[in-house]
Amino acid sequence: MSSGTLYDKVWDLHRVAELPGGSIQLFVGLHLIHEVTSPQAFSALKDKGLSVRCPERTVATVDHIVPTTSQERPFADPLAEEMLSTLERNCQEHGIPLNNIGSGRQGIVHVIAPELGLTQPGMTVACGDSHTSTHGAFGAIAFGIGTSQVRDVLASQSLAMNKLKVRRIQVNGLLSDGVSAKDLILHVIRRLGVKGGVGYAYEFAGSAIEALSMEERMTLCNMAIEGGARCGYVNPDQVTFDYLKGRPYAPTGDAWTRAVAWWSSLATDADATVDDEVVFDAAAIPPTVTWGITPGQGLGIDETVPSLDQLDAGERPIAEEAYRYMDLQPGTAIAGVPVDVCFIGSCTNGRLSDLRAAADVARGRQVAAGIKAFVVPGSEQVAKAAEAEGLDAVFRAAGFEWREPGCSMCLAMNPDRLEGRQISASSSNRNFKGRQGSASGRTLLMSPAMVAAAAVNGHVTDVRTLISPSAS
Amino acid sequence: MALFPTGPIEQVSGTAIALPGEDIDTDRIIPARFLKCVSFEALGDQVFADDRLELSGEHPFDQARYQGASILVVNGNFGCGSSREHAPQALMRWGIRAVIGVSFAEIFYGNCLALGIPCVVAAPDQIKAIQAKVDREPDGSWQLDLATLQLTSSESSWPVTIEAGPLDMLRSGRWDATSQLLDHGPQVAALMKTLPYINRFTAD
Repeated sequence: MSSGTLYDKVWDLHRVAELPGGSIQLFVGLHLIHEVTSPQAFSALKDKGLSVRCPERTVATVDHIVPTTSQERPFADPLAEEMLSTLERNCQEHGIPLNNIGSGRQGIVHVIAPELGLTQPGMTVACGDSHTSTHGAFGAIAFGIGTSQVRDVLASQSLAMNKLKVRRIQVNGLLSDGVSAKDLILHVIRRLGVKGGVGYAYEFAGSAIEALSMEERMTLCNMAIEGGARCGYVNPDQVTFDYLKGRPYAPTGDAWTRAVAWWSSLATDADATVDDEVVFDAAAIPPTVTWGITPGQGLGIDETVPSLDQLDAGERPIAEEAYRYMDLQPGTAIAGVPVDVCFIGSCTNGRLSDLRAAADVARGRQVAAGIKAFVVPGSEQVAKAAEAEGLDAVFRAAGFEWREPGCSMCLAMNPDRLEGRQISASSSNRNFKGRQGSASGRTLLMSPAMVAAAAVNGHVTDVRTLISPSAS
Repeated sequence: MALFPTGPIEQVSGTAIALPGEDIDTDRIIPARFLKCVSFEALGDQVFADDRLELSGEHPFDQARYQGASILVVNGNFGCGSSREHAPQALMRWGIRAVIGVSFAEIFYGNCLALGIPCVVAAPDQIKAIQAKVDREPDGSWQLDLATLQLTSSESSWPVTIEAGPLDMLRSGRWDATSQLLDHGPQVAALMKTLPYINRFTAD
C-alpha cells in the first residue's frame, strides 16, 4: 500500500465514486442508529419506497431518552415511549438488530459498539450523533451525520462526503498523575479553539497517546468534534488489538491473524505527510475544567477566569456572554467554585475505567451536604462489570446515586436534568447554554475523577489533593 | 410561508433577520428536550426556545419586524455542536431558506445542504454591515443570487462565497443525495467484495 495517513488509506479503500457535485461517495462499513435521529429517516425511506440496503451492517440501540431510574415499559414519558416503540418497529420491519433494554447489550451507542467489538480498525463508521468521532480511537474513520444522511446510509450504505485535511495532534511525554484523557482533550480544544479543527481530521499521535488505554483514547476522540474536527483517530496498535480480542464481533482463529495484519497495514506510515501538526507536552497539561459556555473555554485547575484583555479579540464576545451566563467574574479562581450537581457518565466518560477513577476518589469519603451526585454507567455491560467489582457499593456508601445505563443528563432528553440556575460538575462533553435540561443551568466540564472530587468537597477541586501519589 | 425547497435553487428572496453572536450551537437553535419527537413538523415554533424565553419577546425570532423573514444573517461557527438535523429543520420550518454567515460548523452545513438551504459566507466586516442594514431596514427586500454569488438589497450588494460542489448541487437540484448514491448500487456491491471485514476476514 502506498505511503499515507490512516485517513488517506481508509478513505481510498471506501471510495465508491465521485458524485456530480464533486463530493465523494463513501461506503459505510458500520451504521449505528438510535431512537432520536432515525425515525424521520425511516419515514423518508418509506415515502420513497426504499428498503435498507445492508441491515446486517446496521446496529441499533436506545440511549438518549431512556430513564435512568426505572426502565420499566411503558416509560412514564409517553413521548419517550413513542420513540422507543418507533425504533423497535423500524428495526423489526427492516431486520436490524436492536440492543434493547434488558438485552445485556444496551447502552450509549458509542459505548456499546466498541465493547461488542463492532467497531474495528480501518472501518468507516457513521451514526446520527456527532460523538461518532469516538470510534476513531480504533483507527476507524467515524462521522456524525444528520438525519437526511441517516436516510442516505440506510438506503445506499454510503454517504456523500468531502475529503478532509489531516492535522496531527502530537502529544509527547506522559500525562501526570491525576491528569486524564479528558484533561488532555479539554486542553487541546482550549489551545486550538472550538472551530480550530474545521476542515480537518485530527490524528492523535505521540508517546502520550500510545500510552493511553482504549477507553482513554475513546474519550479523546469523542471530543474531537468539540474542537470542530469532523473526526479524530488514533492509529491501531497492540493496545487496540488486545482490547478487541475475544469480543463478540471480533474475528477469531485464522481470521484474527488476517485481521491484525490488515489493521496494522492501515496505520499512518512513518514517512506520510500531514497537512498540519501541533505539538503538545503531556507533562505540562494540568487537570482542566471549563468555566464558560463552549468546550474551548477551559482552565488549568490553578488558573483564574480570564479577563477580556487576556483573550484574543475574536474570543471576547463569547467570553462576555459566558461571564453573564455562568455568573463567573474575571479573576475568579476556578478551584473553589461551588457546585450543586455532580454527574458521572455519558459517551465521553461513562466507561468502566472512568467509574473506577471516580470511585477511587469517592472511596471512604462522603458527598458534601446539599450536593446531588449520581453515576450513570454507559451501558448494561459497564454496569454489570462495575457491580461485579463493587464500584456501585463504593459510590452508594459515599452518597452517590447509582443509576441504570443511558445518556442521562449529558443532554437531558430524559428525566435527568438541572433545575433553574443549578451548576453542575459534569463528566460529559458539552457546556452549552441550556444543554443539561434547564434553560439557565450551568455546566463545568471535567474528568470523572474531578467530578468525584467536586462532589466530596462541594466545589471544584484539584483531584490531585485527594489521591495519594501513584503507586502504579 | 414559502414552500420547502424543491428542485434547482438559483435564488432566495425575501426579508432578512439578523442574529448576532459567535459559536451559536445546535442546543441553542433547538434545545434537546424538543428532540423528543418522531417527526420534524412541530419544530418551527420551538426554534431558539430557551434564548427566546430568556429574552422575553426581544429575541430576533420573536420580534414583529422580523416575522416572515427567509434569509438569516449570522456570525462565526454557526451551528456548532450536535449533528442533529433538527436544528436546520427548525429554522426551515420557521421560514428560513438561506443562511449568510462568517463560518459554519461542518455537520450543520451539510445538514442544511441536504435540505436545500444554502449557507454562504462573507467576510466578518461585511457580515456586520449586512446585519446593521437588516437592523435598520427590517422591511427591506433581499436577494441571494447563486448564479452571480451576490447578496443584494436596495442600493447595496455584497459578494458571497460557497464551495463549488455544494453550489453545483443546489443549482442543479441534486442537493438531495439519495438518488445519486443509489445510482451506484453495483459499485457499492463491488467495493464490498474488496473489504476484508465484510466477510469477517474469513477469506485470504
